[in-house]
Parts: sequence; C-alpha cells; structure tokens
Amino acid sequence: MSQPGVLSRKAPRTGVSKTGVDWFLTVMRVATLTLICVGLLAFIAQEINTNNPFARWANPDATGLTGEQFWGLIVSGVSQGAMYGLIALGYSMVYGVLGFINFAHGEVFMVGAMTGMITSNKLADAGLWESNFVGSLVFIIVISILVCALTAVIMERVAYRPLRGSPRLIPLITSIGVSFFLQNASVVLLGPGAKSYPNVPDWVKSKHTFLEIEGARILVILVAAVSMICLWYFVERTKTGKAMRAVAEDAEIAELMGINVNRTIVKVFALGGAMAGMAGILWGILFRSVIHTTGFLPGIKAFSAAVVGGIGHLGGAMAGGLSIGVAESVGPLVILEPLGVSGVSQLRDAVAFAVLIGVLLLRPSGLFGERLPAEDRT
Amino acid sequence: MSAPRVDGLPQQHGSPTQQMPLVAPRSAFAHDWTRIARMGSIAAFGQVFIALSNMPVRLDERLIIKPVLSLGYLVLLILPFAAGYRQGHQIRREGVPTYSPGLNEVVGGFLCGALAGAGLSLLTILLTHFDLRDPLVNWSPMLLNLLSFDNSSWFGGVIWLAIGAAMGTAGGLLRLVGPTSRRATITIVLAVTGAAVLESVVVDLAEGLGLEPLTDRLYHRRGGINWNSALGLAGLCGLLAVTGQGRLRQAKSFHAQLQGKQRTQANGGLIILTATLLIVLPLFLGKLTNELLANVGLFVLLALGLNIVVGLAGILDLGYVAFFAVGSYTAAVLTSATSSRITPEIPWLAALIVVVILTGLVGLFIGAPVIRMRGDYLAIVTLGFGEIIRLLFLSDWLSGWFGGAQGFTKIPAAGIFGLTEVDGTDPRRVFYLVLAFCALAIYVSWRLERSRLGRAWMAVREDETVAEAMGINTVNIKLLAFVVGAMLGSLSGAIFAAKVGSVFPSSFQILVSIVILVVVIFGGMGNIVGVIAGAAVLIGVLGGPKQPGLLAEFAEFKLLIYGALLIWMMLAKPEGLIPNVRRTRELHHHEMAQDAWLQGQPPRR
Repeated sequence: MSQPGVLSRKAPRTGVSKTGVDWFLTVMRVATLTLICVGLLAFIAQEINTNNPFARWANPDATGLTGEQFWGLIVSGVSQGAMYGLIALGYSMVYGVLGFINFAHGEVFMVGAMTGMITSNKLADAGLWESNFVGSLVFIIVISILVCALTAVIMERVAYRPLRGSPRLIPLITSIGVSFFLQNASVVLLGPGAKSYPNVPDWVKSKHTFLEIEGARILVILVAAVSMICLWYFVERTKTGKAMRAVAEDAEIAELMGINVNRTIVKVFALGGAMAGMAGILWGILFRSVIHTTGFLPGIKAFSAAVVGGIGHLGGAMAGGLSIGVAESVGPLVILEPLGVSGVSQLRDAVAFAVLIGVLLLRPSGLFGERLPAEDRT
Repeated sequence: MSAPRVDGLPQQHGSPTQQMPLVAPRSAFAHDWTRIARMGSIAAFGQVFIALSNMPVRLDERLIIKPVLSLGYLVLLILPFAAGYRQGHQIRREGVPTYSPGLNEVVGGFLCGALAGAGLSLLTILLTHFDLRDPLVNWSPMLLNLLSFDNSSWFGGVIWLAIGAAMGTAGGLLRLVGPTSRRATITIVLAVTGAAVLESVVVDLAEGLGLEPLTDRLYHRRGGINWNSALGLAGLCGLLAVTGQGRLRQAKSFHAQLQGKQRTQANGGLIILTATLLIVLPLFLGKLTNELLANVGLFVLLALGLNIVVGLAGILDLGYVAFFAVGSYTAAVLTSATSSRITPEIPWLAALIVVVILTGLVGLFIGAPVIRMRGDYLAIVTLGFGEIIRLLFLSDWLSGWFGGAQGFTKIPAAGIFGLTEVDGTDPRRVFYLVLAFCALAIYVSWRLERSRLGRAWMAVREDETVAEAMGINTVNIKLLAFVVGAMLGSLSGAIFAAKVGSVFPSSFQILVSIVILVVVIFGGMGNIVGVIAGAAVLIGVLGGPKQPGLLAEFAEFKLLIYGALLIWMMLAKPEGLIPNVRRTRELHHHEMAQDAWLQGQPPRR
C-alpha cells in the first residue's frame, strides 16, 4: 500500500475500477460466505448423523442439537431481538430526522432499566408487587417511559440542539460523551454494583405447556408487538406522525409548511426514549439484573438492527432487531460450533458485531433500503 | 425606569467599520428574569448532583489551603460562581452597540448564585428529614455533616445560601472589572489551585534539588498550602499577571514575526530547552512522579497515533484500543515464557519490529473493509472491531495462544542493546524509553503533517469529494493513515507490556479508546503540541482509565468528568485548547468571514 502510487496520478479512472481494497473486500466477502455455508452444511450433516465423514472432519466432538434445544435458542433469540427492535426504533427515528447516530440511546435504555429497578423494588417493599403484579408492571412501565422520554428530551436540548448544522461527526462525538456521562452518573449516584429486580410470580418464570415458552418471554414478545403497533399507528396515522415524516423527508420544506421543526424533533426524541424505556423494563423482567454497562452492548446491537433493517425505516428496525437477536443466539451454535470452535457462548457478542460489519460490507443500505433526509442520500 | 433594550435599537446603517458608541449600563432592576431563573436552577441541579455523587465527601480529605478550603468544598463553589459569571454574558451582535456592564450584572449574579445555593440548602434540609439511601447510595450522614458544617441542618442551609449568593456576586463582579484585573484574578485562582494540585510533584522535585525549606514553608505537613503562603503566592501571581501580561504577548508576536532562518533557530532553541528539561528533571524526581510521567508518556504516544487518524485524516476511529491491545499482546506472546505456543522467546527490541509490522497488517485488515463507509458508520464499526479483538483475546477458543482471561504474566524487562533493562520497577527508565519513542512519534507526525501525504490527508478531511477530484486516491491514503496510526499505537502497547509485566484483556476495554479520544479532542485535534498538552493535563491530573493521576481522589469520578468534558468541549470549543489553525478555520469559517467583512476586508476562503 505504501507505494509511491499512493497519490496516484495515473490515467483518470473511468467507471468502476478495481483497487487493492476492492480485491480485498471481495476476498473477505467470499471467505465470509464460505465460512457460513460450510458451517451450516456441517451443522446439517451433524444433525443427520454425527458419524458421517464430513461432520467428523469439521468437528470430531460435535453432538448436534436436539429439536428442543434448537427451539429454545430460537425463542430466546426472538425475545431478545424484540427488545433490540424496540431500542433500534429510537436510533432509526433520530437518524431519519437528524441524520446522526445518537450513540447515547443505549444509555437511555439503561436509565429505563434502572428506573424500573428502583420503582419495582419500592413496590415490592410496599407489598404491591406480589399482590398485583400486572398493575405494578403497568405502573413501572409508565414511570420508566416518562423518565426515559424526559432523559432523551433533556439530552437533545442540552447536547444536540446547539450543534445542529455542524459537521456530521461533531454530534456523534458529543453523543459518545453523553453516553459516557450517563453511564458514570449512574455509577456515582446509584453505586457500581449490579442491582436486581424483585422476584417475579411463578407464571412468569415457569415454562408454559403452550409451545414450551417461558412466561417472561411471551410477555416480552407481546409487549413489544403491542408497542410496535401503537408506534406504527402514531407515526403513520396521526398528525404529529405526519409532521415527523415530513421533517425526516426535508426539514426546511417542512418548516415552510408551518411545521414547528424543533418541537417535532423533541417529540421524536421523546418517542424514541419511551420505546427504550419500555425495552428497559422488559430487559429487567427477563434478566432481573441491571448494571451501569447494561446499555452498551444492547445499544450497539440495536444500532446494528437499525442498520440491518435500513436506517430510518420503522418496520425495518423491528425486523432487523429480530434477525440480530436470532443470529446472535443461533449463529454461534449453528455455524461456529460445528466447525470446532470451543466455548462459543463467549463469542455471542463478537458474532453480533460480526453481523453488523457483515451487513455494512455486503449491503450498507439494509434489507429494506434506507429512508434518509434528501441531502444524506448520496 | 426602563433600560434601553439591546435588541430593539434601530439598525445603524453605513460603513460597518465605524466605531459604535457604548450604551450606558442597564438599571439594576431591569433583568431578564427567565434567564436568571434558568441559569440559577441549572446551577442548583448541578450542585445537588455533585453533592449526591459523593464528590465533596471523597475529596474533603484533599486540602487546598490548609485550614480553610478543601477540594471537596471547592467543587461546590465552582457552579454558583460560573452561573453568576455566565448570566452577565451578552451576545455581541455585529453592528449593534452593547451596553457596558454595571450593577445589573452584580444583582443578577447575586440572584443566580443564591438560587444555586438554595438547591444545596434544600438538599441539606431534606437530608435530615428523609432517608433515600435505598436508590441513592450517597444519601449519607457524612454528606449531611459536610453540608451542615457539623451543625444543625438549618444552619447549613443558611450558610449555603450565603455562600452561593457570595460566589454568584463575585462572578457578576468579574464582569465589571477591566480585562487586566480579570486576568489577574484568573491567574491567582489557577496558580493557587495549581500549586495545591501539583503538591506531590513540587515536593518531590524540591527534595531532589535540595530545596525542602521552601516547600516546607509553602505546604503544610499534612497536605495543602499554608494559608499565609497561599496569600503570598496569590500576591506574587497577581503582581506577575499585572506586570508581565504584555511581555508574554510581545514574546509571542515576536516569535510569530520571525522569518526563515531565525524562526528555525528560535524553534530549535525551544525544542532543545524542552528536551533538556525533560531529560534532566526526572533525575531529581522520585519514583511516584516518574511513574506518573511514564503513564503520561504512554498516553501521549497513543494520542499522537490517534491524532494522525482523527486529527489529520478526519477518520473517527473508536476502536483505537485494538491496536494498543495487539501491540501489547504481540510483545507479550513473543517475549514471555508463559506463552506456550511460541517457544523461542526473542528479545524485546526484536519483538518490537514484529509488533509494528503485525499491527500494521492488523490495521490494514481492519481498515480495508471499513474505509469506504460513511464517517459515522465507520466509527461504530471500528468500535465493533475493538470489542471483537478484546473478546477474541478473552475467549477460551484462543486461550492457547493468548491465555484467555488469565492473560500473560512474567513478561521480561525490555532490554535495550544490552545497555539497560527497562521494566516497571524503575519508572525513570520507562520514562526515558517512552520519551525516546514519543520523540520519534513527534518527529514522524511533524514530518508527515508537512509532507505531500499530510496535505492529502487534510484535503480528505476537509472535503473528500473535492480531494478525489484533485487526483488523490482517497481510499488508499485513508487506509495509510489508519495503518500509520495503528503502528504508533502498537509502540505504546509494547512498552506497556514490558512496563507492567503482564497483560490482561480487561486492560483493553473500549473506554480506553474513548479516553484517548477525549485527550486528542481536549488538546486540539491535528495539533501536535495540543495533543501533548491535552495528555499531560488530563492523564497527569485526572489519570488514565486505570492509572492514577495527581488527584488520585478523583479515581471514581474521572470517567464522569471525561464524559462531561467531551460534551463541553464539543459545545464550547470543538477545536480544542490549542487549536490547529486550519481546523479552526474549517469550524468557524462563517464567523471569520463575517469578521473580515466588518473590518472592510474582501471575503477570503
């Protein structure tokens, strides 16, 4: 690479020419696809018979998965993916309207989980948590939504509004600062250790005869679906939603049409924050533990989900969330384990990042195409 | 009596260069009430947040001025003062006369400060009557004692109200005084706090030079400046600030006017002076201070590497820690006897060559897929790569190679041509080693910045499309920036491995990247001196991700402060403390164009 030809003054390039980077990328793409195909084939071979020669060549110790295990992986992937989808909505909407990645959105999710932890523990102290679980759940969801929406709005007002119109990377760097600040504010105010949610009733913990799914996971999937439908209705059918779409399309023209752009952007942040707050509570119910770094990995994965679904696209964000969730839960055991990689569950997060990188390499506009402000489409 | 409203004045026509008359001070009672209420309540919330973060209690042991002021109380004094000063700020509109500040500012400052103090008063009273210890871990009797001055909570409440009002008034008064006395005040405050913060270094240096009587006079035996020497120091600094303010500016402009050979000579002289100081001083310093210097040096090296990527080429790399990690791990694998897979242990210097080449390849491997992406996607993807590399080092799958969660221990000292052995037991040698590599990195950055390649990087940073149209192969040169940055970072990693003697995956978390980014942005992206100053101030005073700084009491709060600092820098001064001239022009070209127009100059791009 460090040839004198770095500042190449060769004949002007016409059309698409191949440089070293392009060749490298092609090799990478082919290698990735081959890895996935071989892994899948080996998995199928091992499922059929662990003693056939191909399966033994790939991984002599492979045991394959039982149908029940496989179903469990899919269910846990879908329920995690539903949460990623809820968080991804916030990334996607803000990117659609302002064209920058709100890196601190994962921290809003963490704030939601923390709020839920505090309120639910207070409710448990008062004895309401056990006696009226559904009512308490609705209550903590409402509180968490309010707190998260407020956090997101303050964040917008303090850190992002003064920077509107500055070079694209500047708000991104600011949002990294906001994320760092919120994480560490949680450490200094609430203490560094992991905090737990109160015990949930048995029907939430135990598996149900219906399809062998834990109650908590059914709850997560149901709540996520309901909030997705509400959000869809809000954005597509109400006047405020129309204003949001108009601002996303072209803020200047929207302003000329009499839309208060600032207020609409605040509403977008509040809506995204509310979705993150909802996801935070679901996370708490499912894992029953929260710590200041809870927001980081789900945040990045949700961003990947938003990109996978095509950023700026609401349905895409949900679909992207589900696919990232399933990929990270199934991927290591279906592709890496059959190839003889040991300790695959440690590599779950690495797989999620690899999916992000892979999507940006193969199809940066996502599955459903991006919806971006006019000037960002280039 | 109503004051003339600045906004409502008739627009003056004619030449913009003409001198505008000053408007008389506003009356003491015509206030922008919403502004005062907003500033005051923001400060009040800030005060309560600081108090509940436990900062005052933790920092109370660190004394600034012996019996009077501790760092814990100091952090509670800053916000009311800042709010009082800030509310007197008026936007200077070009072509519109501004009124001169008067009693109005003082009263406004008083109100702002009192409001900020009221926040703390309320907290003090609430602390006695309620127990919120369950979610808020710092809702403690210690905090109550500190806030109520070991007295009743009502007493504390009244005192905080008074302190807030006094600080706010002082902030407002600062608006009234002329620039000379304002500068003198700031110099005095900075000098006294600086002397207190630098206490351990100064004491250490004085011991080395045999000047203990001086420091015994200045500092109290159990930390903090004696109050009488604080007064002396304040007087001295005030005098220096008043008499010497023109001198510094003269020297600066004299240096700026130098041309050609003279300028080179002056620069050379400055560099030789700094180098001599850096080589001679550590000889007189103790172990702890040298350790601190070595840590600062390691981060200077990292920051210089990131500066090439972010500052020169404009690529926001959030996974820079990956190269630090690869450098450390490669050095560890090659030199440590605990690595079972690679048996022949090679000397450190030989390993260094492999480290640099290998990290360059890793940079190429990570860079090639991401270099075409949009800037913000690139940032997130590099972050992902940084995490993947850490997770791979941590995993059981590769633990045969990299030791998994246990990492490597017993990494031997770095031998330099058989002359010396550098390891963590003698921080002075580590510092000299780091210094040598920093000198190399500075030379490389300096030469690159002024080379054809450096100009190409800056062109890409300013406008990629135009750069491409000018015949620059943007993909290749961005990749090259990535690789050069990676190589510089790996040097720091290799020294880190030899210094600490062990590497663990937990040393390479993503927050290291963020801290380096804050250092680069704080100092001034794209400016070598700025980056070094940023590292010296931040890492030296607050400390690195795991390394303690001068204010070791800040250990729990430094990440919070880094986050707040990053936000504040981006909002207030995105070009950094010591800005790069060209970058400032990019960020502020609208304002500069307007200024030029007002001075009657033709527009310049």
